Amino acid sequence: MQTADEVSAVILEKLLANPKVPRDITGSSRIVEDLAFDSLAVMNFVMDIEDTFDVSVPLDRLADVRTVDDLANAVIALKSGA
Amino acid sequence: MTLLEKFNGTGARLQALTAGGGRNPFDVVIERPLSSTVGLIEGRETLLFGTNNYLGLSQSPKAVEAAAKAVREFGVGTTGSRIANGTQSLHRHLETRIADYFGQRDCMVFSTGYQANLGIISTIAGKDDYLLLDADSHASIYDAAKLGYAQVIRFRHNDPDDLHKRLRRLEGQPGGRLIVAEGIYSMTGNVAPMKEFAAIRRETGAMLLVDEAHSFGVLGPTGKGAAEEAGVLEDMDFVLGTFSKSFGTVGGYCVSNHPELDLIRLQCRPYMFTASLPPDVIAATLANLEEIATRPELRAQLMDNARQFHSGLTQAGFRTSRHVSPVVAVTLEETPEAVALWNRLLELGVYVNLSLPPATPDNHPLLRCSVMATHTPEQISRAVDIFTRAARECGLLLAAA
Ligand SMILES: Cc1ncc(COP(=O)(O)O)c(C=O)c1O
Repeated sequence: MQTADEVSAVILEKLLANPKVPRDITGSSRIVEDLAFDSLAVMNFVMDIEDTFDVSVPLDRLADVRTVDDLANAVIALKSGA
Repeated sequence: MTLLEKFNGTGARLQALTAGGGRNPFDVVIERPLSSTVGLIEGRETLLFGTNNYLGLSQSPKAVEAAAKAVREFGVGTTGSRIANGTQSLHRHLETRIADYFGQRDCMVFSTGYQANLGIISTIAGKDDYLLLDADSHASIYDAAKLGYAQVIRFRHNDPDDLHKRLRRLEGQPGGRLIVAEGIYSMTGNVAPMKEFAAIRRETGAMLLVDEAHSFGVLGPTGKGAAEEAGVLEDMDFVLGTFSKSFGTVGGYCVSNHPELDLIRLQCRPYMFTASLPPDVIAATLANLEEIATRPELRAQLMDNARQFHSGLTQAGFRTSRHVSPVVAVTLEETPEAVALWNRLLELGVYVNLSLPPATPDNHPLLRCSVMATHTPEQISRAVDIFTRAARECGLLLAAA
């Protein structure tokens, strides 16, 4: 099982593949505010994350997700069946 | 942030849209329709290529007569919800007629299609259930997920393999699964692969709901939509639709063979807590259902017209979907050029819908056009010519034909 840091690193790498994302993002960057993602962009990114980690991330789980690290923690929790 | 400050962003975006002296695209007034295909806009006779009146039936003389008669007999409103004083003989009659037309056990009629989706999906799929939604689903479907607190998993648009993969990931999780697709997608005109979705339903045991809002009266040998066209109507657990497109009126419905539909009536908030449709609307809808049932030539003409318009625009170098359907979406690169083209089209006498991200798929602005059975070939070629001229005047580069 990957650690939260490892999952965060993969997510950051995926985000940086999008040229519109600021170059200086970190695990504590806020996805909506700092990355200027609209609701659709967030939902599309979640589909990518589901495929990357082979996990289901129901949209309501995003209610508590603000930062990249939050998303990494949610992925880990979902993967361990929480 | 105060309560109202959150609208500042929208205000600024609206201002940017109209900055160059352009119109507010969300505030176009059709002063009055002159026919199903021509309306008076800004005092000019304008070709309507942006309605959902696919069969032209909002002007159907039979429906107009039926509505007028119903108003005189029943009055102008029911003043009650379907489960209280809002069910009249006409409502039951319409439900029976639609259920019979589909060959399904029962039908629920709602006050709008939005409420049909909101009500049915939120009532069926609760907190512990999974909704598998096509990523390009209509807002009413997403809102239903919120009202019912269901767990939402999106699958890639029109992609059965992707749906299958996401269902597989859920194996072992408790809770029901409901797959939701639309027959024809309202923004792009894409047609759903219903045969493949039906196979996935059979394999996985998930339930399948199709929203035929834009495909009823349009697709299928008897106009029942994309599921009928694909020969898999029997695999649908729920078929939803609206009266606000091909029926030419207003309202929504759901048909199903599941006997529980009768109990859903007693738990479905968007059905229970709003007034039922007025008698004239029901009577007009019944009349137009007969038109749809008995005049298959309307569908044939509609598809001929769709082909003419789609190939005309494609040959002129506009980017369109590979699906030929009455919804023809022209994809543009950037919002300013879409806004300029939309304004110029209206000035030259063609009305279409301007759709902007994030309400569009893949972040591109669209000019969403819709074709009608009642458009003449001359009207269609005139619209294509005006498109080409407007694009040239706006300095748009079109692909070589
Ligand atoms: C796919 C889809 N479903 C439902 C609706 C809602 O229909 P109504 O206009 O009857 O509320 C629409 C239309 O906006 C639609 O495009």
